[in-house]
Amino acid sequence: MWQRIRKALPVMLVLGPAALAGAQDLSGADMRSLDGQVQEIKSDVLNIASELNNLEERLLYPSNTQVSVFVALAPEETFRLDAVQVTIDGELATHHIYSFKELEALQKGGVQRIYTGNVPTGDHQISVTVNGKLKNGNDFSESGDFSFSKGVKPKALGLTLAQPGFGGESIQVGDW
Amino acid sequence: MRRPLQIRLIGLAVAALSCSAVADEELHDLYFGEALFEAYQGNYFAALERLDTEVRQHVAVDEPELDSLYVHFDDAEFSLGDFELRYRMHHRAGRAIKAVLEGAVEETVRNDAAYRLARIHFQKGQMDDAMLALDRIDGEVPKAIRDDIEFLRANVYLAQERPEEAMASLEKLENSENYGGFAAYNLGIALLQSGRHTESLEQLEKAGLIATDDPGELAIRDKANLVLGTIFLEKGAYDQAVPFFNRVRLDGPFSNQALLSAGWASLSAEKYDRAVVPWKILAQREVTDRATQEALLALPYAYGKLDVHGRAAIHYGNALDAFIAETERLTASIDSIRDGKFLEALIREEIRKDSDWVIRLRSLPETPETYYLMELMASHDFQTGLQNYLDLADLKRKLLTWEGGFDAYEEMVDIRSEHYSPLLPDVDESFRKLDSRMRLRNEQHKMLIKRRNDLLTTPRPEFLATPEEQAILARIDQIESALGVAVGSTREQLAARLNRIKGLVIWDLETQYHARFTEFDRNLRSLDEAMAVAQTEYDEYVRSRQAATHSFEGYDKPMTRLRAEVHQSVERIDRLMARQGYLLEVVAIDELIARREHLENYGDKARFALADSYDRATQAQARLEEAE
Repeated sequence: MWQRIRKALPVMLVLGPAALAGAQDLSGADMRSLDGQVQEIKSDVLNIASELNNLEERLLYPSNTQVSVFVALAPEETFRLDAVQVTIDGELATHHIYSFKELEALQKGGVQRIYTGNVPTGDHQISVTVNGKLKNGNDFSESGDFSFSKGVKPKALGLTLAQPGFGGESIQVGDW
Repeated sequence: MRRPLQIRLIGLAVAALSCSAVADEELHDLYFGEALFEAYQGNYFAALERLDTEVRQHVAVDEPELDSLYVHFDDAEFSLGDFELRYRMHHRAGRAIKAVLEGAVEETVRNDAAYRLARIHFQKGQMDDAMLALDRIDGEVPKAIRDDIEFLRANVYLAQERPEEAMASLEKLENSENYGGFAAYNLGIALLQSGRHTESLEQLEKAGLIATDDPGELAIRDKANLVLGTIFLEKGAYDQAVPFFNRVRLDGPFSNQALLSAGWASLSAEKYDRAVVPWKILAQREVTDRATQEALLALPYAYGKLDVHGRAAIHYGNALDAFIAETERLTASIDSIRDGKFLEALIREEIRKDSDWVIRLRSLPETPETYYLMELMASHDFQTGLQNYLDLADLKRKLLTWEGGFDAYEEMVDIRSEHYSPLLPDVDESFRKLDSRMRLRNEQHKMLIKRRNDLLTTPRPEFLATPEEQAILARIDQIESALGVAVGSTREQLAARLNRIKGLVIWDLETQYHARFTEFDRNLRSLDEAMAVAQTEYDEYVRSRQAATHSFEGYDKPMTRLRAEVHQSVERIDRLMARQGYLLEVVAIDELIARREHLENYGDKARFALADSYDRATQAQARLEEAE
């Protein structure tokens, strides 16, 4: 009866998807074929990116002078990291302000490459300043000075950040 | 023609992939962590670029067990597949995961890989392959994906129209934390597919009463109620249908359809006054929605049935105005798409920073067509095409940036070459001298070490004679030779004296041998240290010299090749974007034309019904006046 009433209405009240379905079917095969080609070009561009990265690294940051600084959060850390500043031998290397997405990525276990640069072989000083907000809403700012030695191989320094005031060091620098 | 019953399976949209492979374990490889950092932010291209390089380097090292990625290698390969999947590279993702499956890996790892492979096949619509991959799962399964596997299996069975088997899987998920609501709904659909009507109604009713505050499960609950209501409506059990439509939340995604159907159920039961209530609400909602448009006509129809022809005429008039306005808007939208504005709007970066960018498109005043494309955007093929178009636009942006960088690199190489080229001949000259001296010292050092080692096994005191003693001994040898040819008593006296002198020297050499050897060893050790320092400085010099050459040599060929590859890729992308864009526009325009034709049809009907209602209202008025 329901269908009869609808049909008997002065208007045809049901939209017919036939025309649309036809167009979609027609283009569906083309879209699938294009999808394969898009996947191919993605793969090619990824290969170009990889080669270009190697080339850039050789050109801009040769092994014997390359130094990279990475930032990670200590496990289970929930404090809000606002900014990190890194100076190497007294010179500002980088200053980074964190977006919500970046902070979330760090909290999930991601590691951020915050700086890549060049230093000569030998001993160096790295200073790290961390700004953030504690769970109780208080702002904090922590700093630490560390030394590292640059050899002939690329140097990777990992900064592990934790909430201050809970016994352990809030900034730890690891040699990777 | 009637609207097909919108019973759909709840697919895997909720079964989000997990790329937090190492979130719970200690990370040993910074570069893997860096790839995860990018992936967690949705930057899958960057994540793939980093992880791919890291995995390739790991595979190429001589002793992979000493590499920091070694402990994460399985996770890294999985993540590669995951990222490729998320970056919509199903072909490569499948290959990466198959590689894990075929490798010598633990049971849990293999089962995880089989699950991921099955999911890829499912998403590509290859149900038989998906089931084959699921059948490879055997033995211990990681706890975190047990429910995921069962849910996927059930979905594959349902897609293969094997509801009985699907039910067995879905029943296991009824108490699942993540899939409880979805499983309950899908179980109802499976029962319906298998013809077990009564049981399916009971099951759907159960799904429609689930207590939850999870937005996904609330939507499923609404869907279950909508389906139940529709089943009763189609059966003609209108009174039974209404309560189910009423259970659908007014602010949920199925609200419009539920309001429309509730009105139809009441109207069919000849409860016209009740039909007016939901349609009145619906008629005030977003006019681009199909249900709203239908309600705009259904509402005055119900008023007509209530013999309120005057009000019916007003509402038909409103509907007509709305249809005319929307038809004009659709015409403007079709023109806008033909002008390329739709594609222009899509690739605007600021829009896509938001995860709900498709929805935000609706707020763009210059792209009215997006109002009408929401349904189209929900279709798999169109969405794939759309995503591909956007990915291609991103790739093009990247390639153009890189293309611009080549000039800077070449300039850098030229500057370095100009700087180093005049300096290097002098440097090389100095280096050659240093090199020959270094070689000589090395030889001398080696000889002294050999002598010390020989002395340890065969003591030779004369080797440790001082230069003075060596001179004395040499003089003694000379005198002995000269005495060899002399005769007489003088010779014997001289020989005796010479022997005493020689004995004196030898006495010293023999008695002081251990002290001298110790001193020699100590000196040699100091020399070792000095030689090590010299060697380090020498090596550093060699490296610096090599670095100077490497800073400007060897870049021409790769740079020329990469420049050509980038250029060719941009051309390929342009061609693909043109084709993809054209297809999207054609599909979008077809959709809009269909909607416009339909609205025009609605408009004609509204016009006719409006005139009819006026007549009836006038007649009613006349009858009233006559009676008075």
